[in-house]
Amino acid sequence: MSDVGAPVRRQGPPGAGTIKDASRAGRRGSSIAPLDVPAATIPPAYARATPVALPEVGELDVVRHYTRLSQQNYGLDTGLYPLGSCSMKYNPKVAETAANMPAFARLHPLQPAETIQGTLELLWLLERALCEITGMARATLQPPAGACGEMTGLLIMRAFHEAAGRQRRTVLIPDSAHGTNPASVQLGGYTAVAVASTARGLVDVDALEALVDEDVAGLMLTNPNTLGLFETDIERITAAVHGVGGLVYYDGANLNAIMGRTRPGDMGFDIVHINTHKTFATPHGGGGPGAGPVGVVARLIPYLPVPRVERDGDAYRLDHEAPRSIGRMHGFHGNIGVLVRAYVYVFLHGSDGLREVSDRAVLNANYLAALIRDVFPLAFPDSPPMHEFVATAAQLERDTGLRAMDVAKRLIDLGFHPSTVYFPLVVDEAMMVEPTETESKETLDLFAAALVRCADEARSTPDLLRDAPMSTPVGRLDEARAARNLKLHW
Amino acid sequence: MNFTPHTDDDVRSMLDVVGVEAVDDLFEQIPEGLRLTQPLDMPLGVSEQQILDDVRALAGKNRSAEELICFAGRGAYDHYIPSVVWALAGRSEFYTSYTPYQPELSQGVLQALFEFQSMICELTGLEVSNASLYDGATALVEAAHMSRSAQRSRFVLSGGVDPRLVDTLRTYGAGAGYTIDVLAAPQGHGGVPDEVAGDVAAIVVQHPNVYGALEDVRAWADVAHAAGARLIQVFDPTSLGVLAPPGDLGVDIAIAEGQSLGNHLAFGGPYLGILAARMQDVRRMPGRIVGETVDVAGRTGYVLTLQAREQHIRRAKATSNICTNQTLMALAATIYLAWLGPDGVRELGEQCAAKAAYALERLSAIPGVVPAFPGAAVFKEFAIRLPVPAEEVCGMLVAHGFIAGVPAPWCGDDVLLVAVTERRTRAEIDTLAEAMGKVLA
Repeated sequence: MSDVGAPVRRQGPPGAGTIKDASRAGRRGSSIAPLDVPAATIPPAYARATPVALPEVGELDVVRHYTRLSQQNYGLDTGLYPLGSCSMKYNPKVAETAANMPAFARLHPLQPAETIQGTLELLWLLERALCEITGMARATLQPPAGACGEMTGLLIMRAFHEAAGRQRRTVLIPDSAHGTNPASVQLGGYTAVAVASTARGLVDVDALEALVDEDVAGLMLTNPNTLGLFETDIERITAAVHGVGGLVYYDGANLNAIMGRTRPGDMGFDIVHINTHKTFATPHGGGGPGAGPVGVVARLIPYLPVPRVERDGDAYRLDHEAPRSIGRMHGFHGNIGVLVRAYVYVFLHGSDGLREVSDRAVLNANYLAALIRDVFPLAFPDSPPMHEFVATAAQLERDTGLRAMDVAKRLIDLGFHPSTVYFPLVVDEAMMVEPTETESKETLDLFAAALVRCADEARSTPDLLRDAPMSTPVGRLDEARAARNLKLHW
Repeated sequence: MNFTPHTDDDVRSMLDVVGVEAVDDLFEQIPEGLRLTQPLDMPLGVSEQQILDDVRALAGKNRSAEELICFAGRGAYDHYIPSVVWALAGRSEFYTSYTPYQPELSQGVLQALFEFQSMICELTGLEVSNASLYDGATALVEAAHMSRSAQRSRFVLSGGVDPRLVDTLRTYGAGAGYTIDVLAAPQGHGGVPDEVAGDVAAIVVQHPNVYGALEDVRAWADVAHAAGARLIQVFDPTSLGVLAPPGDLGVDIAIAEGQSLGNHLAFGGPYLGILAARMQDVRRMPGRIVGETVDVAGRTGYVLTLQAREQHIRRAKATSNICTNQTLMALAATIYLAWLGPDGVRELGEQCAAKAAYALERLSAIPGVVPAFPGAAVFKEFAIRLPVPAEEVCGMLVAHGFIAGVPAPWCGDDVLLVAVTERRTRAEIDTLAEAMGKVLA
């Protein structure tokens, strides 16, 4: 089999350095119109003594440098990006066209209400759609990312219990949960308590029922869960938490599996966050921006953050008056530019398109799992996967000493971005694969073949894995050295 | 429409491989009572052209800074964004990538973030910067988390800190258990206390502050340090070409809203939280940090480092829950700063200061309009007192083609904050003064 995919190319002279290395005293890229008012003097007590040591480069230097860096980066537009739990699907170009319209891009967040009606209407319509998709009553679009959505949910939980005069101290989290969950719980002023998983990769409901008591503020859960499996006992789970007056929080990382099929609200969840950069294909920009809208059931509406978008007849306004609100989660109104893209995605797809998105995402994951499970077994073979699956390289490791990370690095040389590895933590040598619905059968076939080839090579030519990647601008990097000899700026 | 590429034959053959009859069978583990029997209650999908028509109709109901001349600020500013910024930051190898978990495939983003951290250190005079946070307000929250200890959970904020930031800190502080004391600033700046209590984790001062006024940051730092507390400065990155950097003023943690560095107004986001600190605090810093290292062949490369601080390793013991950040906005800021260079960043600051001073003089000459805080030294924004409510004036000036500023109702409904960036021209300032004179006459 020939090498496949589209590896990141080596470009330009080796060791081309940082933009600072291109600096030449007296060179300049910027042009600012001449000052047309009298110059002002900064009072000496406040003035800067020495120039800012930024690089002195021409505009073309800037263009070539960052173009070269872009060529050393792999994006979804480069090829398959099957990171489990990240839903790296095609980011439609039409969403960029919309968000870049000056009427959106150049709108100031504190303009008079009569000049922002279009954006407020868009946000209101998006809120309605997100509530319909998730089965919630109202939503805030303020949180700029999923982890901030979690914090919003926890603060709502806290305000809800305090209003009822209840002292609650703990929040339950499955042991397979994403790290943001326990971190958010702690910063929300609660103690995280882990709930065990069964051998089938699902919440151990008996253990959960034994854990719930009057100390429990709530439970945070993803469904499908972090192992890509549907929690079939979800009604029993939510009932157990509600039984002690707790709330159930839905981490929307895996919403891509269920749109139009079922809804968190129908399962008994009270609070839901959505990652628009996952489910609704807003570009993740190399680590951000995201957006993490949070929906709630009717009884929690009073606690939603302010300002909120409200409609009076045909007019929209930002409402800051809500006495029981938890307050403000973002300096302004959230990552609105991201939400414009999410609006385009949601209404371009519509009810029929969104359901097909989930159908094909689940089909693609099941198909890919079937192609590779003989070589990389599923961690939980008794539970059918939804939109992603966790395979394990544990047997390969035992046979050859080569690990999931070695497979990942070899995949890079075969032209693919690897899957998530070593997450979830509860699976040994985990490889968490989420192909998403926008990949074709041909791409999945090639990726499966590459994985099978890695397993073969691990036994026949192990150095190909051990020395990988060879095709990238740099090989494996010394992370221990980076942490030991900290060099965090030039 | 949607972007799934499957043909009918694909679906059939894939289902065969999976070993099920129909796609419905893949959803059988959803309990029957929870399965939706009706389509979602929303419109059916449309074509690209239709969705753009729909969005354009919404856009037509906005009146943005493209159309109205923008003097609004209070943390978000209409600076000029050179074409080069988004021509490069908009390259899809950058913007369609995920967090750089595989560094060999992500050297572009990682090196750009290393350059971002470097430029933030150059600007602030501090020793270490992270790779971005959500925005300025949440960066203050993260700086507070960095500063707290078992004995110290009180924060003292100067009266010049933007109430938006105070509100945000209060919101998150409800979970973290913070006490927040906001001081008065009767002159629109200052109000430095003689001392603060021993349970204070940090003092927060904004400079230039919400009224655009300059603060004596060193005096605030002295009070903080005398109590064993940190000093957090909220700064404006466009000011640092002309104003002394936080690192020279005794500041321990400097945070900023970075929107003004090449990022769109976009109705409040996506923006850029900047956080820089001293090396001794590096292990308390939130978020991603990029470090330089070498590969197996000794070539220079970049990785996410000090990950043992972060939530995915430390879980409940992490000092921050941040995962997604604002990498793309940091990239835009990096390109913008590289384009500006040392002369450009100085000129940017000089122009903002000169144009704000000119506008303050022109607007104060209108009968009935006075500086809200006479004598305060300002940078690119200032507060004026009007003879009628500021919100009414803003509404009337829309008809004249202006976003005249941002009302500041917390210090009186007649107070207006006016921001003047390098982008505004003398003619625009003159016509604003004329129009304001007319509507107040």
